[in-house]
Amino acid sequence: MATKVFMEALSPTMEEGRLVKWHKREGDAVKTGETLAEVETDKAVMDLVARADGVLRQVAVTEGQTVPVGNVVAVIAAAGETVGPSAQAPAPAPAPTPAPALTLGSGERGAVPSVATAADATRVKASPLARRIAKDSGVDLKLVTGTGPGGRVTKRDLEARAVAAQPAPQRDGPLPAPRSPAAAPAVEGASYQDVPLTQIRKTIAKRLATSLGPIPHFFLTTEVDMERAAEAREALNRELGDRGKVSFNDVIVKATALALTKHRACNAWFQDDHIRYWNEVHIGMAVAVEDGLITPVIRDADRKPLLEIGREARELAEKARSRRLQPSEYTGSTFSVSNLGMFEIDQFTAVINPPEAGIIAVGSITPKPVVWDGQVVPRRRMRITMSCDHRVIDGATGAGFLKTLKEMLENPLAMLL
Amino acid sequence: MGRGETVASQFDVLILGGGPAGYVGAIRSAQLGMTTAVIEREKLGGVCVNIGCIPTKALLHSAYIAKLLREAKEFGVEAGSVKTDYGVAMQRSRRVSDQNSKGVEFLMKKNKITVVKGNGVLQPGRKVKVGSDTYEAKKAVIIATGSRVKGLPQIGLEINKTTVISSDEALFLEKAPATLAIIGAGAVGMEFADIFSAFGTTVTLIEALPRILPLEDAEASDALAKSYKKRGIEVIAGAKVKKGTPAKDKVTLEVETNGATRKIEAAAVLMAAGRAVNVEDIGLAECGVQVTERGFIKVDPGLQTTAPGYYAIGDVAGPPMLAHKGMREGVTASELIAGKKPHTIRYDNVPSVTYCHPEVASIGLTEDQCKERKLQYVAGRFPFSANGRARGTGETEGFVKILRDKQYGEILGAHIVGGHASEIIHELAVARENEYTVEEVELAIHAHPTMSEAVAQAALDSLGRVVDM
Repeated sequence: MATKVFMEALSPTMEEGRLVKWHKREGDAVKTGETLAEVETDKAVMDLVARADGVLRQVAVTEGQTVPVGNVVAVIAAAGETVGPSAQAPAPAPAPTPAPALTLGSGERGAVPSVATAADATRVKASPLARRIAKDSGVDLKLVTGTGPGGRVTKRDLEARAVAAQPAPQRDGPLPAPRSPAAAPAVEGASYQDVPLTQIRKTIAKRLATSLGPIPHFFLTTEVDMERAAEAREALNRELGDRGKVSFNDVIVKATALALTKHRACNAWFQDDHIRYWNEVHIGMAVAVEDGLITPVIRDADRKPLLEIGREARELAEKARSRRLQPSEYTGSTFSVSNLGMFEIDQFTAVINPPEAGIIAVGSITPKPVVWDGQVVPRRRMRITMSCDHRVIDGATGAGFLKTLKEMLENPLAMLL
Repeated sequence: MGRGETVASQFDVLILGGGPAGYVGAIRSAQLGMTTAVIEREKLGGVCVNIGCIPTKALLHSAYIAKLLREAKEFGVEAGSVKTDYGVAMQRSRRVSDQNSKGVEFLMKKNKITVVKGNGVLQPGRKVKVGSDTYEAKKAVIIATGSRVKGLPQIGLEINKTTVISSDEALFLEKAPATLAIIGAGAVGMEFADIFSAFGTTVTLIEALPRILPLEDAEASDALAKSYKKRGIEVIAGAKVKKGTPAKDKVTLEVETNGATRKIEAAAVLMAAGRAVNVEDIGLAECGVQVTERGFIKVDPGLQTTAPGYYAIGDVAGPPMLAHKGMREGVTASELIAGKKPHTIRYDNVPSVTYCHPEVASIGLTEDQCKERKLQYVAGRFPFSANGRARGTGETEGFVKILRDKQYGEILGAHIVGGHASEIIHELAVARENEYTVEEVELAIHAHPTMSEAVAQAALDSLGRVVDM
């Protein structure tokens, strides 16, 4: 019996995947658990593994092609088995988890359980065709004005949108033919270039629009004296020698995590009808990757030694850049840190990573003339700007947290308290 | 206003023409609370009800019964020798037309619509003059004057109503002619070929374009050409009628086909090539209503003509010249006049039906059009010869063909040849109007055994997983 190979939901939010590379070719023998192909999800490049032993047949998706979750991409057949021409057919999306067992009494007419689909549960009025086109071209149907019956979005609405997005046609020339928004080849010498959104860009676009838009942000900035932290770090690194290195970022992550244990009100998720205050501290660490950013998570950062935080941070950043992060490695953070210090940014504001209630934006450490004990002296200073979700964190609450963080960084010994 | 003229009456909406577009528009206007008058010079219902769609369907059914009886023996029913009488069939078709026209009259009364009998001429200021009476529209005048058959006087074939006839005369013949040449193999030509052939006439069907039913999918044309030839109808496509010479009781045609000229003699010639719209002498120019190069009234997407307050619907407003397209325009124009926001008419989604046997019905693009537009498509097909219901009724001729967009599964076009194709097509019309894809059509459970199952199977075939074949 042949087993269909589906495009699986390899991340919790994945709706479609781009087949990056086939590791097995048509006719290759495969074993359960073996990697069949690499798939780019909205977050990372993941392995699609064989769920049966046999021979790979009917490879229906070519490298570079994007297909919705649940589509059949190939078939694993027993050696010598002939299989019907069905691999092309899209099947309802199966969840990677096993389907609930269906038990029916004899002669009983039971309702077949509906198959879980990856589709967004939010109701948007749109024709089935418009839904498909929107999904394929990454258009958020909620942002499209529908002109169909009852305001439903139709293919024409999507075409009109695509046409509107193009530069104005020549005055007397014919209107440009409506075209698929997905197909936009790069033309040399053109005044612009349309590049289709990659999976990660689509996710960033979607996630950030749900942040700065709906979340009432406010910002708190403080300047931290980093002299003692710098001295402590230098001393530690001298002590460690070949055994490892502590970076400023590690110190900041650790200090943030510890400060959060003292300010639980900032270590929280906004959940529409309730606020979830976390007892554990998981710090999301914004990492720039080639085509965007992702926030891998250092779990229980408050309880981990600096060296451990450093090792994990480097590992996760490396995995993020090579797009090998597993979903468990980039989900579940309770607060985030975004550091652009290495880019010589003095100060900036970061966009909250929902459902978290806060994020700190860390600037560069620069020597500055400051008044210290009545004297103007050069000191290494660093600016931190905290973005707060006002629905969770009030001004004084955020300020209290920042004050603790500042104290810890200015007096690293305070971290031991 | 000059002396001796009076404003007979004021209405919200005046509709010039009581055909399908006009009467449906009038009913919708009345439903929306507007006082409405329809001006009709002949019978209510127009060409469609009186000398078009309705009587031909009655005659086609007579033809179908003749065919069934001739084949009845195979089904275990002995009907003896089958005798046909076109005169009787014609009389029945007249009764059907009259019933329908009376039905329209009843609908006018029911909706309190005033019917004015006579020739209406448009006047500036949203007025229509009928005889010496002038009617005034407070909101709008709708022009729905329709179309008529046209002959080919330039080659000697002016309609003389005896040997050179149009459908207008064919519908009133007392006797089927012994031989008939039909010029034009569109819907009208095809249907009359079917009718007269069943009533014993030797029919020659002549089409100028390379295939009969030139607007349909090539596969549909081929299927019908085969079916017609099989029953003895001569089909000459890609033929040019160079000259027609009508005599007292026959017509001689000179037809150029495959580079050679041949002579065709027939007792009568039926002109079924094209129609002319009724735009003359109705005061268009005086009111500032412009026409297009092809002679249709120029309208904007809201069916407004170039003269404010004047709308045009139906055949005069442009192709496709189909009753159901005009009916929808009647509804839309009325709703627009009433200040509503009607559903946009999708002119690419008007079903096209030819009621010959086997029937031909289609919607959307043909396969050739898909190719011309360089669309990425897959053609799914299912023949009725593989359909259980069709085998049972002996209607195994024909097929369902669905053209599926490769990327999104859009139903680009659908073509049905076969028994009841005119009824089956609407599943696909609903699907296309709502932008269901091939998958949604296939997912709907189709009753077994039905002809409609062939639609689901063709949908499956376009997805590469047909079951019953």
